[in-house]
Amino acid sequence: MSVTIQIPTPLRRFTGEQGEVEVDGATVGEALADLTRRHPALRRHLYMDDGALRSFVNVFLNDEDVRHLQAQGTPVASGDTLLIIPSIAGGFL
Amino acid sequence: MDLPELTPAEIRHYSRHLIMPEVGTAGQRKLKAARVLTIGAGGLGSPLGLYLAAAGVGTLGVVDFDVVDETNLHRQVLYGRSSVGRPKIQAAVERLRDLNPHIRIVPHETRLDSGNALELFRDYDVIVDGTDNFPTRYLVNDACVLSGKPNVYGSIFRFEGQVSIFWGARGPCYRCLFPEPPPPGLVPSCAEGGVLGVLPGIIGTLQANEVIKLIVGVGDPLIGRLLLFDALKMRFRELKLKKDPACPICSANPTQRELIDYEQFCGIGPEPEAADMDFDMTPSELKERLDAGEPVTILDVRTEQEHEIAHIPGAVLIPLHELQDRLGELDPAATYVVHCHHGGRSAQAVGFLRQMGFERAVNLAGGIDKWSMAVDSTVPRY
Repeated sequence: MSVTIQIPTPLRRFTGEQGEVEVDGATVGEALADLTRRHPALRRHLYMDDGALRSFVNVFLNDEDVRHLQAQGTPVASGDTLLIIPSIAGGFL
Repeated sequence: MDLPELTPAEIRHYSRHLIMPEVGTAGQRKLKAARVLTIGAGGLGSPLGLYLAAAGVGTLGVVDFDVVDETNLHRQVLYGRSSVGRPKIQAAVERLRDLNPHIRIVPHETRLDSGNALELFRDYDVIVDGTDNFPTRYLVNDACVLSGKPNVYGSIFRFEGQVSIFWGARGPCYRCLFPEPPPPGLVPSCAEGGVLGVLPGIIGTLQANEVIKLIVGVGDPLIGRLLLFDALKMRFRELKLKKDPACPICSANPTQRELIDYEQFCGIGPEPEAADMDFDMTPSELKERLDAGEPVTILDVRTEQEHEIAHIPGAVLIPLHELQDRLGELDPAATYVVHCHHGGRSAQAVGFLRQMGFERAVNLAGGIDKWSMAVDSTVPRY
C-alpha cells in the first residue's frame, strides 16, 4: 500500500526538506516505521526510547485522529494521507 | 440580557455591518455588549486587536508586558517606527483608540500567570490566545476550561498556522489534542525558527472572524475542528477533533481542578547550568583568550541562514540538530566556545557535548548578540 505522509515544517529538516513522503505499509504503525526507515533522523522526534509514539505527536489518517481509531493498528489503504500534527507555540515573538 | 443601544455615531461607524442581515442592528448590539480578552499584542494580537476594535467589540482587553522591538515590525502591524522602545500595551491602546473611540480598551500590562489568570478572565466572555510559548498556552486553556469560556486559539510557525476554538463546555480543549507539551528545545520558537510576516496576519484574522461569529451567533464555529494553513502550498486542511474522555481538565471526571505550575509542566525549570561557574564564558573573556592566542575553537550551532546574516570570524558552523551526527568532526580534547543567537541553543549543545566527553566545551553567554554589543559592533544584530 502506498500512503502519503505529510511532514510538518518543524520536522522537514529531518526529511531533506520534503513536505510529503510516500511510504509503504498496511497500518499506521507500519507506514510510520517505513517513514523512519527512510529518514532515520526522524525517529527520536516521533518515538520514545521504548518505541512508543511520543504523546505530543498527533497522527491523523485523512481527517481523523488515529487515537480515536485503532491507534497504530489502524489499517491504511492506497491513496490515504497521514498527517503528523505538531504542537507549535508561536504567534507572538 | 438587555443589549445596549447604538448611538448615531456608532451607526455610521458600523453601517456596513448593520445592512447585512447576518449581523444587523441586533448583531452589532451584541458586539457592543461583548467583552473579549486577547492574550498577547504581538503577531497574532495585532490583527486581532485591529479587527476586533474596528468591528465594535464593546470591551476589548489586551494582556501584554513586552516592549516594541525593531524585529517586531515585519509582522506586528499595530506598531510603527515611532513605537519602537515603547511598551506594546501603550502603543496598542493608542492605535486602537484612534481606530474606534466608541469602544472601551482595557490594558492589562502584566504577564499572565496561574495567580492572575482566573481573576482576569472573570470580566470577559471570550478569550483569544495569541501567545508564543507552551506554558502560557496550557495556562490559557486550563483557565478557560475552569471558567467555562471559549478559547479562540491560533498558532504559527514559519509558513504554517493552526486555528481552532477550544471550549471544554461544548467540545474538545487544547489538552484533548495536545495532552503534553514537547520537551524544551525540540520545537524551535519563532525567534529561532523564523516566521513569514504575513502568516500571523492571516491566522490572527481567522481568529478574529471566529470571535465575531461566536458573539453574533452566526455561522459554524470552529469547535471540534482544527484548521491547518500552509502558506507555501496555499492549502487549508481541516481535521476533526474529539473530546478526550480521559482529559485531565475538561472530561466528566477531571483529575485537575485548579491551575498548576505551567513552567514546570512544560519542563522549564531553573537552569541547572547556572550554578556551574565553568559552563559560561563572557564575550570579553573570549576576546581576551583569542587576543592572547590561546587555542580556542568557536563553534556556531545556529542555522546556515543565521550564520550567513552574521558570524564571528573563524567560527565553525554545525547547526544544533546536526551536532549528534557530526560529532566525529570535533576533537573531545579541544576547547570549544559554543555560541548561538542568545545562548539558549548553545547551552543545550554544551550540555550534550559534556555528556559526550567534551569536558572543555563552554557556552558563550548571551550568544552572538552579546558578542556584537560587547566586543565587535561590525557583527550585525538581528
